[in-house]
Amino acid sequence: MTVVFGIFLLTLLVITALGIVRTRNLFVAVMLLGIFSLLIAINFFILDAADVALTEAAVGAGISTVLFLGALALTSERERLGTRHRWLSLAVVASATLVVLYATFDKPRFGDPGAPVHQHVAPWYLEKTPEYIGIPNVVTAVLGSFRGYDTLGEVFVVFTAGIGVLFLLSARRGGARRGAPDYRAPGERDASGIGLREHVIPRVVGRLVVPFILLFALYVQFHGEYGPGGGFQAGALFAAAFILYALVEGEDRTLAALPQSWLHALMVGGALLYGGVGLAGIALGSNFLDYSVLAADAVAGQHLGIILIELGVGMTVTGTLLSIFHAFAARDRA
Amino acid sequence: MELLGLYHYWVFVVLLMIGFYAVVAKVNLIKKLIGLSLFQSAVFLLYITMSKVSGGTAPIVLPGMVDPVYSNPLPQVLILTAIVVGISTLALGLGIVVRIKEEYGTTEEHEIQEIDRR
Repeated sequence: MTVVFGIFLLTLLVITALGIVRTRNLFVAVMLLGIFSLLIAINFFILDAADVALTEAAVGAGISTVLFLGALALTSERERLGTRHRWLSLAVVASATLVVLYATFDKPRFGDPGAPVHQHVAPWYLEKTPEYIGIPNVVTAVLGSFRGYDTLGEVFVVFTAGIGVLFLLSARRGGARRGAPDYRAPGERDASGIGLREHVIPRVVGRLVVPFILLFALYVQFHGEYGPGGGFQAGALFAAAFILYALVEGEDRTLAALPQSWLHALMVGGALLYGGVGLAGIALGSNFLDYSVLAADAVAGQHLGIILIELGVGMTVTGTLLSIFHAFAARDRA
Repeated sequence: MELLGLYHYWVFVVLLMIGFYAVVAKVNLIKKLIGLSLFQSAVFLLYITMSKVSGGTAPIVLPGMVDPVYSNPLPQVLILTAIVVGISTLALGLGIVVRIKEEYGTTEEHEIQEIDRR
């Protein structure tokens, strides 16, 4: 039954992707991309990757859609010219498809436990996690402890991308509009920032849902060692809650609740917290990012270290995603 | 049934190439970024497909399970972080497109090239 459902979902994915590429209306393409993300998240769930499904649903269907819409508001919704060199591109893509399809016949069959990918370190992770780390969720253990360097790098990539967006979008507009003063009356200016406050249904539903999203984000953050969850997912959920609030109540109120300076502090503080936990390992006489020495008992130390670095990850992801969102939204109103 | 075991990989290839087509053939910069997102999602699907073990369950070790089979946690970890990094780089790309639109007044690739040639 699951196999049939899986095949159905995969086929839907291909159909959605074709729709995304064919439509000339970019708004439709972005909406379809959100559906595509939800479908692929369900697929991940069927494939036993609960953590990944949670991340994809929050990031792909939620935040990436909002960012694309923000960018569309600043550019244009219609794709004017479609394709160039269509037949040449199709020929290149078709030949590449054939080559890669041919290569798939050498792949191990779906779900084969004897596949090379399952022979290397993965069994060791599954076997040793209860002994060394003492937490049930092996994904969190690998993410936070065994491959802590990797995750540290990823956090800094997120951080750097956030800085890049802030740099790009805080530059002043070029051309005729440069420095044009805002002649509108203060009341009028405020009217542009009220979001959907005049629409009853989005406002009521939004207000009802936001606290629960925040609560769920906290649960995902601190329950990540036991069930699917962790800093990346929680950060995306926190950001989604505030973005929803901003859409319903307007930018100004959101920035009053969580000012930009706090967001910057979250971005920097999270990355520093992660690095600091790593350095604490050195200071206590072990290696960088070795949490065993953080507490008297090695397993308790690992547990503490993972909680701290997950907190750092969550802070950086929340701060970065929200800063990026505000940067796009502020550009929209400038 | 033997070939059905490859269906996931075929979907991966098709999605990858649909994304690739959007990147090379489409003129609009935002559409190119959408194509890049599709391409990226296809790679995620490949990794997660490879992590699946038949009859397995999510890699969360609970006491009291009799002879459990877990799917591979490693590809899941890699993709989990890749998704969040992906959205950050996507935001960077969108930021660049927005700045291009402000400076050139268009997001269509060859119009930008024409303005540059002048």
